[in-house]
Amino acid sequence: MLTRKRYNYTGYLYILPWIIGFLLLQLVPLINSFWYSFTNFQLLGDPKFLGLENYKKIFTADPTFLQSLKVTSYYVLIAVPLKISFALVIAIILNQNIKGINLFRTLYYIPSILGGSVAISVLWKYLFMNQGVVNNLIGQFGFKAVDWLGDPRFALGTISLVTVWQFGSSMLLFLAGLKQIPVSQYEAARIDGAGRMRIFWQITIPELSPIILFNLIMQMINAFQDFTSAFVITQGGPLKSTYLYGLMLYDQGFKFFKMGYSSALSWILFAIILFFTSLTFRSSESWVHYGDSL
Amino acid sequence: MIKRKTPVTKFLSYFFLIVLAYIMTYPLLWMIGAAFKSNEEIFGTIGLLPKNPMFGAFAAGWKGTGQYGFSTFLYNTFLMVIPTVVFTAVSATLIGYGFARFEFPFKKTLFTIMLSTMMLPATVILIPRYIFFRNLGWLDSYLPFIVPAMLGCFPFFNFMMVQFFRGLPLELDESGKLDGCNSFIILKDLLLPLCKSAIFSVIVFQFVWTWNDFLNVLIYISSVAKYPVALGLRMTMDISTEFNWNQIMAMSLISIAPPIVLFFAAQKYFVEGIATTGMKN
Repeated sequence: MLTRKRYNYTGYLYILPWIIGFLLLQLVPLINSFWYSFTNFQLLGDPKFLGLENYKKIFTADPTFLQSLKVTSYYVLIAVPLKISFALVIAIILNQNIKGINLFRTLYYIPSILGGSVAISVLWKYLFMNQGVVNNLIGQFGFKAVDWLGDPRFALGTISLVTVWQFGSSMLLFLAGLKQIPVSQYEAARIDGAGRMRIFWQITIPELSPIILFNLIMQMINAFQDFTSAFVITQGGPLKSTYLYGLMLYDQGFKFFKMGYSSALSWILFAIILFFTSLTFRSSESWVHYGDSL
Repeated sequence: MIKRKTPVTKFLSYFFLIVLAYIMTYPLLWMIGAAFKSNEEIFGTIGLLPKNPMFGAFAAGWKGTGQYGFSTFLYNTFLMVIPTVVFTAVSATLIGYGFARFEFPFKKTLFTIMLSTMMLPATVILIPRYIFFRNLGWLDSYLPFIVPAMLGCFPFFNFMMVQFFRGLPLELDESGKLDGCNSFIILKDLLLPLCKSAIFSVIVFQFVWTWNDFLNVLIYISSVAKYPVALGLRMTMDISTEFNWNQIMAMSLISIAPPIVLFFAAQKYFVEGIATTGMKN
């Protein structure tokens, strides 16, 4: 290699803010959090080294950890697939030459702008209260009132609805992807006599698979850390049935000021997220198709 | 598949889309209606429209119950959100330009690191960052929001701008160089005017995220005088008696208005931006 790239060091000047930010506000905190996780750190005072004590306690002597892990897994398993499949189906319907597509797209997207806010959590609480609107509505059809937020069997589902309600942003990504699929592919399939379901499974899904993967990964990472709706609507209750992992991290760190213990919990969550995202990436080799059209 | 466009399937599609649109917007429509209803009416009826619209809930909610009213909370939110948004847009533009237009040692490695931090769960660094900002004496201020924005700590936006700059023709830069412009002038005068849609997307996203952020303000902001709407609203909900539903709905409505207005104002650019770069939520 005789030709060497010509370097222009001015580039460093432009990315300098990020380099400082990355080192100071991401890398150093990451290392610190790992260190704290092996210490007893009560906010006031210095961290004291404990070895594996925090982790041992989490896995052997903390029943709320297991409960929270269970609740969070259910939540991620319910909310993420529902949200993504919903987004996909709606995007496909919207993509078939619908008049007023812009209006529908906007209406479906609005919840995504507001979803994480306290206002929406408050609204949800009112909608699903015992004497709330939802019970009034189903009462009109002769159904008995359901204790949406007070019954441990339903509370998590009610919280998950807030998440699924925000399918709009995934939908926009799918819509953009659908526009990229060449019409010729569909026509060829039709000439071959493929039915609608076959076209869906053999053309639409494979062509969209990179976007499905992206959505799946990002939504999973977010869902594992969700906090606001469970904190505001149910405070993790009833009977810790909506005690998401984020709530546990907050309680341990900022209510009980156990910074070391909370850091250990956060590293376990990190490991879980890493495990599931790499599992998804691994599996993607068999179902994600990188055609040249995307 | 020619059958697909029969009037019946078309009709079914529209029917489904309209019903869904109604379900999707029902909670918000109900919120708007409830803000103008009396407290007795809110849960007594299922109609969306108030029988006798009243505006008292807005006035009472605005004044608040304690020492600080809702105007303070709104003002605080803008005080926190606007600098955060502006600095995010500036830093993301500079960083995006740096990665997209310059060759320097370790660029690939640095870029890969930046991409991978997009997947770093924020909860893992929550506590050390809190300790760090506490040691700097920044608790109960908006600096924990503004400084990370200055330092480009939102890799998602940096990445968005890199992608965008890559899509702009290099000839622009070349012509600027021939005219003897330095790289900053090229960015400012030649490229920036073309970046509108990308920068608008950054602004809308960051505005909405910071506006809605709850966990971070809960951790960092402790005095009521500095509460943004997210905390103010929760406090109002907690301390007011159960019978102030219409006031709380009125204030919730006001608190979601700015993100919605901004979204509609910038919608054209925003949808373009999402389509080209992908997004988080």
